[in-house]
Amino acid sequence: MKKYLLFISLIVMVMLAACSSDEEGASGDEETTIKYAYWDKNQEDMLKDLVEEFNKDNPTIEITLELTPYDQYFTKLDAAASGGGLPDVFWMNGPNFVKYASNDMLESIDESISEDDLDTSPYPDGLLGLYQYEDKTYALPKDYDTIGLWYNKELFDEAGLDYPDESWDWEDLVSAAESLTNPEDETYGIAAFIQDSQATYFNTILAADGYIISKDKTQSGFDDPNTIEGIQKYHDLIHKHEVSPTHVQMETTNATSMFESGKVAMMFQASYMIPQFKANEYTNENVDVAVLPTIKKRSNVIHGLGNVIASNSENKDGAWEFVKFLSSEKAATIQAEAGIIPAYEGTQQSWVEATPNFNLQAFLDMAEVSEPYPVSKDTSKWATIIQDNLAKAWAGQLTVEEASEIINKEMEEILASE
Amino acid sequence: MESRKKPHKAKEKLNNDTFWGYLFIAPTLLGLLIFYIFPLFQTFFYSFTNWGDFGNYSWSGLENYKAMLDNPKIWQSFRNTLIYAFVMVPLSIAVSILVAVLLNQKIKGLTVYRTLYFLPVVTMPAAIGMIWKWLYNSDYGIINQVLAWFSVNGPDWLTDPNWVLISIIVVGTWSVIGTNMIILLSGLQGIPKSLYEAASMDGAGVTYSFFRITLPLLSPTVFFVAVISFISAFQVFDFIFMMVSPTNPAIDNAQSVIYLFYHYAFVIGDKGLAAAISFVLFAIILVLTIIQFRLQKRWVHYD
Repeated sequence: MKKYLLFISLIVMVMLAACSSDEEGASGDEETTIKYAYWDKNQEDMLKDLVEEFNKDNPTIEITLELTPYDQYFTKLDAAASGGGLPDVFWMNGPNFVKYASNDMLESIDESISEDDLDTSPYPDGLLGLYQYEDKTYALPKDYDTIGLWYNKELFDEAGLDYPDESWDWEDLVSAAESLTNPEDETYGIAAFIQDSQATYFNTILAADGYIISKDKTQSGFDDPNTIEGIQKYHDLIHKHEVSPTHVQMETTNATSMFESGKVAMMFQASYMIPQFKANEYTNENVDVAVLPTIKKRSNVIHGLGNVIASNSENKDGAWEFVKFLSSEKAATIQAEAGIIPAYEGTQQSWVEATPNFNLQAFLDMAEVSEPYPVSKDTSKWATIIQDNLAKAWAGQLTVEEASEIINKEMEEILASE
Repeated sequence: MESRKKPHKAKEKLNNDTFWGYLFIAPTLLGLLIFYIFPLFQTFFYSFTNWGDFGNYSWSGLENYKAMLDNPKIWQSFRNTLIYAFVMVPLSIAVSILVAVLLNQKIKGLTVYRTLYFLPVVTMPAAIGMIWKWLYNSDYGIINQVLAWFSVNGPDWLTDPNWVLISIIVVGTWSVIGTNMIILLSGLQGIPKSLYEAASMDGAGVTYSFFRITLPLLSPTVFFVAVISFISAFQVFDFIFMMVSPTNPAIDNAQSVIYLFYHYAFVIGDKGLAAAISFVLFAIILVLTIIQFRLQKRWVHYD
């Protein structure tokens, strides 16, 4: 009999354990608790420092940090949002923002900004714009990523070429790439890869004065001749100028690996690659970064995380204080020292200085000419359509015009149903 | 008196036994109900809905099934999966029987070989996908390097639409041999040695005994392996996901039904369509399994 009892109590215990995860601590009267959800474990220590700093001025607000790895982050957040149990403050990214804002899951912060007379001019416009929906602002920017032209100094020296700089336009890029391409030993001037849209063709589209999605998020830009020109110019690097590995080659061995092994001399790549290029002994010594070349103008997409407040938060005042602090100059400085580009202008210097080998100023300059990362309510639906069809164009199964036409048609359908 | 009490007691005992019996299967049964049976009906229901944000959905009738019929990618994925299953399963069973028979002999280092053949089973599919992706690399991969020694220009295994499915079948076959081999080995060891002795006394050769004794007596095991293999072959996903990226020019010829299911359910978030896809796949697997059970009378010998 004892054995059975043991067995039953075991089952009961397991069941209880499964049910008790929703337990909620009763909040005291003086002290309030703010739950802050985020996904990057690398930033955990920095966030703890930030909380400590925040508590110096706000001792009555207790912050609980909730780490969820990115793979499960939005799944968990979606479920929490459906059940009305969102954390008070949480990280948000561009592709998911509109979905949350349009379903009234987020608290607009315009009133709080004007009440507190908060100056938003230190944040890049493109970044503030990313978290605006129907003329309302929902987030203060935390950090950002922009795009630069990375190049291999060693290969440039061997070819006797000047390094890329802010005077470069697209023709300069092509002619340098031509001199750097050597089909015999399979080295190429540039890697015109498309596996990461944010780092690549989004930027040539913008530089050619095209657009991916209209500002009101209702129109696709893929019927605009400028958009097509931007894609075509990037496509030509493989199919016309033949200064890039083919799409199949870059599917087999990814473009960044080729760049890291000195097989390609240049590539468009985002600032989020800095840690990787820094950690690799070869690239740390031999590569550097410059601003992107101009086509009709210099431009690129900017993407950064925002701190948002849940609309069902029970402590919106406390949440606002915390969000305000997280995007303040003081918090930005702490972030910069931890190696993340803070969104607050003027605090990035320590971030630039932390990596003297690379000309990181280029990324700050690119932020000045940036546009918001293109998003709508169902970003992933049309993003995969762009990706699929451009892949066909890159593989030579479609022309750029044909691919753009298909993308435009399907994207318009999706946007119309949003 | 004594005789009247007895059946009563037995009945009580039976009730008691039934109770404990149910209690003991409860953990499995509950798990089955909560994690399999309930979601099955839920999925069936969702396949008739249009999925919105944050778990909102609205009834959409047969919309999703219509969308499936209109989508050439989905047709193609069913075609890919059928080819995969109908080539991979017979191929892997043939190889597995061969390996199992060889490893049923008295040879040196038998356990070492058995372990080696079983290793792919305990390896994570994601890791298998990564390693094979390197082997298949058309520029630096070892397969094309070796082919180059014989002046053969190896194909782009994973990016050529004509080769990609073959490459996936090879990996799929390689990875299931271990499981199949273990099951078949146990089947082989159940065949009485005396039969072989009698056959060899009558002058039967190795090949003759294999086809006349081994295969017929192994057929129940082969049947079991075939049913299980077909079911898992129809659900192939992990290697393809690891080896073929969404921008791969051969993706249309490589993606399986589950690959597209994943795409619609988790990348795009159209869970209604994804539910419809998985339900059609379920129906196909069900029908095929029933057919297999019907056909077994023709070739499976239970003594």
